[in-house]
Amino acid sequence: MNLSMKWLKEFVDVGNIAPRDFSEAMTMSGSKVELFEAEGGQIDNIVVGRVLDIQKHPDADKLVVCQVNVGEKKVQIVTAATNLKVGDYVPVCMDKSKLFDGTPIKKGKLRGVVSEGMFCSVAELGLTTHDFPYAIQDGIFVLQDDPDLTPVSGMEIKEAVGLTDTKVEFEITSNRPDCFSVIGLAREAAATFDKPLKLHTPEVKSTGKSSEGMLEVKVAEPKLCPLYSARIIENVRVKPSPLWLRERLRAMGVRPINNIVDITNYVMLEYGQPMHAFDLRFIKDGKINVRLAKDGEEITTLDGIERKLSSKNLVIADAEKPVAIAGVMGGEYSGIMDDTTTIVFESANFMGSSVRLTAKEHGMRTDASSRYEKGLDPNACLPALDRACELVELLDAGDVLDGIIMDDNSKSEPVRIKFNPDWINHFLNTTLTSDEMKAILEKIECKIEGDEIVVPTFRPDLQHKADIAEEIARFYGYNVIPSTAIKGGAQGKYSARQKFDMTITDTLIACGVSEIMTYSFISPKYYNKVMMPENHTLRNSVVISNPLGEDTSIMRTTALPSMLEILAKNYNNRNEYAYLFEIAKEYIPTTPDKLPVEKNVLTAGFYGEGVDFFKVKGIAEQVLSRAGVKNYDIKADSEQFGYHPGRCAVLTVNGELLGVIGEIHPKVRENYGIGARVYCFSLNVDTMFEYAELEKHYTPLPKYPAVTRDVAVICSDDIPVLELENAIKEGAGKYLESVKLFDVYKGKPILPGMKSVAFSLVLRSSEGTLTDEQATSAVNKALKSLKNLGAELRS
Amino acid sequence: MKAKLEEIRARAKEELSKADAMETIEELRVKYAGKKGELTAILKQMGKLSPEERPVIGQLANEVRSYIENAVETKKAELAEAKLNRQLEEEKIDVTLPSDMSPLGHKHPLSVVLDEIKEIFVGMGFEIVEGPEVEYDYYNFEALNIPKDHPARDTQDTFYITDNIVLRTQTSPVQVRVMEKKKPPIRIISPGRVFRSDAVDATHSPLFHQIEGLVVDKDITFADLKGTLETFIKRLYGEDSVVRFRPHHFPFTEPSAEVDVQCFSCKGKGCRVCKNEGWIEILGCGMVHPKVLENCGIDPEEYSGFALGLGLERVAMRRYGVDDMRLFFENDTRFLSQF
Repeated sequence: MNLSMKWLKEFVDVGNIAPRDFSEAMTMSGSKVELFEAEGGQIDNIVVGRVLDIQKHPDADKLVVCQVNVGEKKVQIVTAATNLKVGDYVPVCMDKSKLFDGTPIKKGKLRGVVSEGMFCSVAELGLTTHDFPYAIQDGIFVLQDDPDLTPVSGMEIKEAVGLTDTKVEFEITSNRPDCFSVIGLAREAAATFDKPLKLHTPEVKSTGKSSEGMLEVKVAEPKLCPLYSARIIENVRVKPSPLWLRERLRAMGVRPINNIVDITNYVMLEYGQPMHAFDLRFIKDGKINVRLAKDGEEITTLDGIERKLSSKNLVIADAEKPVAIAGVMGGEYSGIMDDTTTIVFESANFMGSSVRLTAKEHGMRTDASSRYEKGLDPNACLPALDRACELVELLDAGDVLDGIIMDDNSKSEPVRIKFNPDWINHFLNTTLTSDEMKAILEKIECKIEGDEIVVPTFRPDLQHKADIAEEIARFYGYNVIPSTAIKGGAQGKYSARQKFDMTITDTLIACGVSEIMTYSFISPKYYNKVMMPENHTLRNSVVISNPLGEDTSIMRTTALPSMLEILAKNYNNRNEYAYLFEIAKEYIPTTPDKLPVEKNVLTAGFYGEGVDFFKVKGIAEQVLSRAGVKNYDIKADSEQFGYHPGRCAVLTVNGELLGVIGEIHPKVRENYGIGARVYCFSLNVDTMFEYAELEKHYTPLPKYPAVTRDVAVICSDDIPVLELENAIKEGAGKYLESVKLFDVYKGKPILPGMKSVAFSLVLRSSEGTLTDEQATSAVNKALKSLKNLGAELRS
Repeated sequence: MKAKLEEIRARAKEELSKADAMETIEELRVKYAGKKGELTAILKQMGKLSPEERPVIGQLANEVRSYIENAVETKKAELAEAKLNRQLEEEKIDVTLPSDMSPLGHKHPLSVVLDEIKEIFVGMGFEIVEGPEVEYDYYNFEALNIPKDHPARDTQDTFYITDNIVLRTQTSPVQVRVMEKKKPPIRIISPGRVFRSDAVDATHSPLFHQIEGLVVDKDITFADLKGTLETFIKRLYGEDSVVRFRPHHFPFTEPSAEVDVQCFSCKGKGCRVCKNEGWIEILGCGMVHPKVLENCGIDPEEYSGFALGLGLERVAMRRYGVDDMRLFFENDTRFLSQF
C-alpha cells in the first residue's frame, strides 16, 4: 500500500517528523514501512524555461535553435521538437542535469550549433499523459497548456508540476483491512505519534431534486451483500480531474482517468471503501438486483474480457443481465463514457470470502477485490458515498440528487471484550495501570464502558482479550517489555530414532559420501527413465492437483531418479567423481482420503574411478554394521528395475525387504547421459531401525592364541560364496571366530563351470589354547558341511 | 711376544681403518680375534713364557683382544650410521608436492546449520518432533485458525493433493499434532521440509525448510517469548547481536511479532545487505492464539504459550554468503565440498 505523505498530513500533523523517524516509529507500532521515496525519481537541475525565440538551424532542416529564459539567465537549446511556439513554458534540462531515470544531460553541439541542454517530455519526467492530460505523448511538455499549472521561468520543474510529494510504501497485514486507506493509516500515525486525528465529515449540498423512482435496489443475497447504497448524479460533466486530485492518485500509484472515475478511486484510497459508477442509461428498467449469477451468464468486464459466470459469483444485475461482478469489476457496457449524463454511485459491502473466491476464479484481483476480501466495515459505505458526492460538487462534475437508495441488512453491532488489565499485565509481563491501558485503547478509538471495551466496527481483528493485549503491547512498545527465561526446567533431548539417523549420516560421511537434498516431487516420466515396469505398484503416486509444472507434479515413490538426476548433473559438470547420499522420504499412497505412508529411505549413488560393486556394497554394509543391523541376508536379484540384472543384490532382514545394492543398468545410465558406470544402493531406514540392536556390549579380549587354517574347495560356479561361507559357519562349531575369503579361481586345471574358493578360518577357544586335534576336528566339520553343499576339498 | 702383540694391534688398527664394508670388518674380526685368529695363535704359545711374564703378557693379550673387538664394533656402527645417512639422503622427498587426500564426505550445508539450530534448542530444553509432509488441510490450516476462506491462504500458495490434503506449507501442523497428544508442559521444535508453489529463482524454491518452535505451559508470557528468542539468536549469530521485536500478524498467534537483527555489515546504518533498513528479518513468532490452543484441546484460561518459525535456507544463505538458493538443491560436489 502506497501512501501520499501530503494526503496523510491532511488528517494528522506529522509535518515536522523526519522521514526516517516516521518510518521507524510506524514500523515499530505495527505498520511496516518498506520504502520511503520522494517523487520525481532522479530528476536534477531541470527548470522551467520560457521560449523567447525560435530560429531555423543553419545546417539542418529538422532542427530549430531556441533562445530560452530560465530565470536569471538565457540559454540556447537546439531541438527537433515541432510543438513549440514563442512564449511557451517548457521543462529545460540544463547542463549536467538528470532525467527521471537518471540519464545525464550535458551541454553539447548539434550540427555545429551549441545546445546548452534540452527540452523534455512528460515521460522523461517519469509522468504520463494520464497525469497531465493536456500534454502530448511524444512532444515537449508545454506547461501552460494545463490550466492548473502556473509556471514561472527558472522554477524547479518538480515544484512547477507538483512532484513534491513523498511516497511511503507500507506492508499491510491481512488482518488490517482498515489500513488499506489514508484514514486508516492516519489513525495509526495519530496513535503512534500521540497526535490528534483530524477527520472530516463530508457535506453534500445536492440540487434538491429527488431521485425517487429513478432507481430501485434489491439485494437477493443479504449474507453476501449486507449493505448496498447508491446515489444518483445528473448532468455529469466528464473531464480531467484537477491537478491536486491527479497528484494524489499518482502518489498512491493510481492512474488518473477522468473526474468521475477518479472520484471513485479517490474515495477508495481515502476511506478504504471501494466505489463504482454506472451509467444509468444502461441499467435496464432502473432496477439493480444484487444476486448470484446464473450458470453460463456472461459479462464483458471493464478490461474488455468476456467472462462466463458461475452460480457462485455474486453480481450486480439490472432487470435483465449482470452489469458488474460484485466487488471485483464493473461491466464495460455500463461504464462511464464521454457522453454519459446520469450516473449511479455504488457504495456497498460484500462478504470477503465470496469476493475473494470470485476474483480468484476469474483471475482478476483488483484494487476493490483485494480490499473486500479482507472483510470491510459496512458502516463505511454511507460516509464514502457522501464523500464521493461532495467531491462531485467540489469538482463541479455533476448535479447530486437528493436521496440515498439503499438495502441494508447489516448488523454492525460493535464487538465488546471484557477489559481485564490484570490478565494483560500477566500475559505480557508488564506493570501498566488500568488508566495507562485505557489511554492506549482510546487512542485507537476503543471505548471503555464499565469493564467492557467497545471495539470500533472498522477493527474486525479485535475479538479476543489476546487481541487487546497486542494493541497494548504495540503502543507500549514490544521492545520495552522485559525479556525473561522460561520458568521451570525441561529435558531437552534427541530421540533414539534421531540419534540413529545421525549415526547413519556420520558413518556415510566417514566413508567419504556427501549428503545431498533433492525435491520430493518429480515428473511421472522419471519412472520411465529408471525403467520401472508399466504395471509396477510404485507407478501409483500421490499426485499434486495444482503443480508448478510436469517436472514437479507427483510425489516420488522412489528416490532413485532424484539421485541419478544429481549424479548426471555432477557428471555433466565434469566432476571427476561423486559419492552422494540422501536420507529422505518416499511417499506411498494409501486411499485417496488418507495420508500416504512416508517411508524414510537412505539412497546413495556413486560414480568415478575405483568405484565398483563391492566398494559400494562395503559402504552399505559399514552403515548397517554401524547402525547395529545384523543377520540380514543378501541375494542376487535380476528383477530390480533400474539395476544391472547380473550386478544387483537384494537385502532382507527377517523376510522384510531392507534394501537394494547394485550397478545401474547401462540403459538407465544412458537415459541420464552418464558416461561412467554408476552404482547405487537404497536402504529403508525405518526397517533398519526396527531391527537395529542399539545396545552395545563389551566382549572380553581373547586370552589364548588363535589357530588359522586355510581350506580350498571346488564347487559349481553357481553356488554364491556367501552360501559357502554360511556352510562353514554352520559346520565349524563354537571355535570358529571368523571366516575370510582369500581367493576365487576359475580356469585350468579347474573344470569349466567349476571354481576353486579358498577361505581362511580363524579358530579360537576362550578356555585354553586349541590343540591340533580340536582345530582339525573343527575344520573337518566345516568341510563336511561344505561337502553337503557340493563343495569338495581341493586336493 | 709383547712386541708381536703390539704389532697385531697396530696392524688390526691399520686394516680396520681402511675397511669400508661390513663383510671386510667381519673378516678382520675373524682374522685377529676369531677362534682361529692370530691372537689365539699367540696365546697358545703362552706356555713357553716364564711365570713372571705370563700375567703381564696375558693382560696385554686381553687388552689387545678387547681393543680389536671394540674397534670392530665401533667401525661397524660407523658404517651402519653412514649407510643409514645415505639412505635418508636418498629418501629425501619434496614435501610441497600436493597431498593425496582420500575422499571426505560432507554434510549438506543446510544440515550443518540445522544441526547447529537443533543443538541450541536442545540445550534450552526443547525436544525435536517431526511430522508428515503430506498433511491434512485441517492440521496445516484450519486448526491454526486459518479457515478455508481466510485471506492468509492466498499468501501461502499451497500445493493441493485433494481438497482436504495438502503438501504442508509450514511445519506448524506438527505443533497441532503434538498439542493434541501431549498435555503441557510442551517445549518442542519441528524442523522439516515445507512446500509452496513458488517458481524457482535465486530466492524462491517450491521446497524449502522451516524450523518452528512451540512452548506451552502455565504462566508463559510475552517476556518469556522475547527472552527465549534473544538467547537463541545470540547463540546463533553471536553474543553481540542486537535484536528487535516488531509487531506483525500471523493468524495462529496473538500478539504476533517479527524479529529483526541489526544488520551485520553496516551495524544498523543501512546498506545494500539490509536494503537500507539497518535490520534483517530473522523469524516470525507470537503468543499462541487462544483459538489454536482450544482447537487442540488445551484450556487457554489455564495455559498459554508461544510459537516461532524461521526459514533454514535464509539462515544458511546469510551464514555462508550463498546468493542463490538453487545451489542447495543442485548438489554440485564442488559446492557441497565447501562445507
